[in-house]
Amino acid sequence: MKKIKLIDIAHGRSGDKGDAANIGIIAYDENGYKIIQKHLTAERVKKHFEGICFGKVERFELPNLRALNFVLHNTLGGGGTVSLKLDAQGKTLAAALLRMELEIE
Amino acid sequence: MKEKIRIASGQGFWGDLIDAPYNQVFRGEIDYLVMDYLAEVTMSILQKQKNKNPELGYARDIPELMKRILPECKQKNIKIITNGGGVNPTSCANAILDVANKMGIKNLRVAVVIGDDIKERTDEIISAGVLLNNMETGEPITKIKDKILSANVYFGAFPIVEALKQNADIVITGRTTDTGLTLAPMIYEFGWNKNDYDLLAAGTVAGHILECGAQSSGGNFLGDWKSVPNMADIGFPIAEAYPNGEVIITKHENTGGRVSFETVAEQLLYEIGDPKNYITPDCIADFTSIKLEDLGKDRVRVYDVKGSPETEFYKVSCSYSDGYSSSATLTYSWPEALTKAKAADDILRKRMENLNLQFEEIRTELVGYNACHGPLAKQLNEDDINEVVLRVAVRSKDYNSVERFGKEIAPLILTGPPSVTGFAGGRPKPSEVVAYWPALIPKKLVEHQVKIFEV
Repeated sequence: MKKIKLIDIAHGRSGDKGDAANIGIIAYDENGYKIIQKHLTAERVKKHFEGICFGKVERFELPNLRALNFVLHNTLGGGGTVSLKLDAQGKTLAAALLRMELEIE
Repeated sequence: MKEKIRIASGQGFWGDLIDAPYNQVFRGEIDYLVMDYLAEVTMSILQKQKNKNPELGYARDIPELMKRILPECKQKNIKIITNGGGVNPTSCANAILDVANKMGIKNLRVAVVIGDDIKERTDEIISAGVLLNNMETGEPITKIKDKILSANVYFGAFPIVEALKQNADIVITGRTTDTGLTLAPMIYEFGWNKNDYDLLAAGTVAGHILECGAQSSGGNFLGDWKSVPNMADIGFPIAEAYPNGEVIITKHENTGGRVSFETVAEQLLYEIGDPKNYITPDCIADFTSIKLEDLGKDRVRVYDVKGSPETEFYKVSCSYSDGYSSSATLTYSWPEALTKAKAADDILRKRMENLNLQFEEIRTELVGYNACHGPLAKQLNEDDINEVVLRVAVRSKDYNSVERFGKEIAPLILTGPPSVTGFAGGRPKPSEVVAYWPALIPKKLVEHQVKIFEV
């Protein structure tokens, strides 16, 4: 087992859809995509965002783009102009996900 | 049929770089300039402006911009498509014609697309049995019906295509999908049909890449952002579109920024849900089918996009008034910056409680410490922090409570913890909270109209 930092193998972008945030994570190469496809599960992401995401996490694969898309429900404090959060649109959440470390074989 | 067309993105939102559309017109060859001005919140702002003055309700940057680009666009036959008509596309068209008149420009045809505004029709629509339930929560619209500020259907590309077929030089719409602005000229120029779903999806994907301006050409790029050249002069994206649906994303030569696999991929992932079902009024695009090829030199080929038939519904976006909110900040410095900020927050909350102010939510954030990433933020030694910004925000149905909150911030400077600064902007005023109500409406209940004005 070895630990790798997600930020070393991927980049991404996040935004809002109502009170849900979406986070797209893109691997820099095919090998990186194999790693995130295997290890970056919805459960792992849900656990990572404990205290931030209060709903379910959906996960979608876009292999052509070497990317995964996550939709985090109940995450933005009401979303849009209702939210009192500084980051009401979840713009910094992709960076927050890149803080993750993955344990791989 | 043209062999290819170049569609340039001039604006990613209302408030984007003012010179971006000017540069797209003057710094290289383009056939179309498309500009997205409308976020959901924009519609309610425009509706309020129109309520005060029936001549307003559109993006007022547009007439100013036209003064700068109209002669060049007319001379080079560059067509302009924008949803900046907001809740008053006709007034926007008139303002443009005014500009044209004053500049002595002749033979200018401006088309407006209307019919998206259904605010005055909500009762009729509900009594026709369309409940306009909230798409996300399932709640019935009766809950908020009396508080509706605006209600607009999202039209797609085809009303714009109709306008182009009537030889419009400029097309001004209200609530049209961002993607439709880019797809429309492809349908028009290449003669695509309503059931060419793969082609419609290809144009939709191009629209998604263009709709946020420079976010696909090096802006807000989370990859190796430091290597993006000359962001001060960032070039906005251009879609070079071909009749078979292939699109090359690029930008003008000698501009800053970058178009690469990475920058385009980031934009493709922006604000999407299920990538297999990217639903627009024109088609359903499958984002998992998209292939990208980085051709180098700021050119990325987008191809093999698959699509399927559109649904029978339009999306409706209603905005409604939902109370008031306000936020304020104070900055605390070392020593014990964080401890001071937390103490100030406690004092503020205690005072508001003693005043019996009523809030649905009070939110405290420590900017510079963990406001963005909350529990994920790196733990710092609290005593070593140089400074921190205390940000407190409140929301309430009660205007007076929110207003009083604004009066309780500044006093903390003289009546709370020391070494505090950063309160120079005056008392924060309550702002109206505008909430959204997304719903669906059968397409057959809504008709668009295209009107042509000319000088």
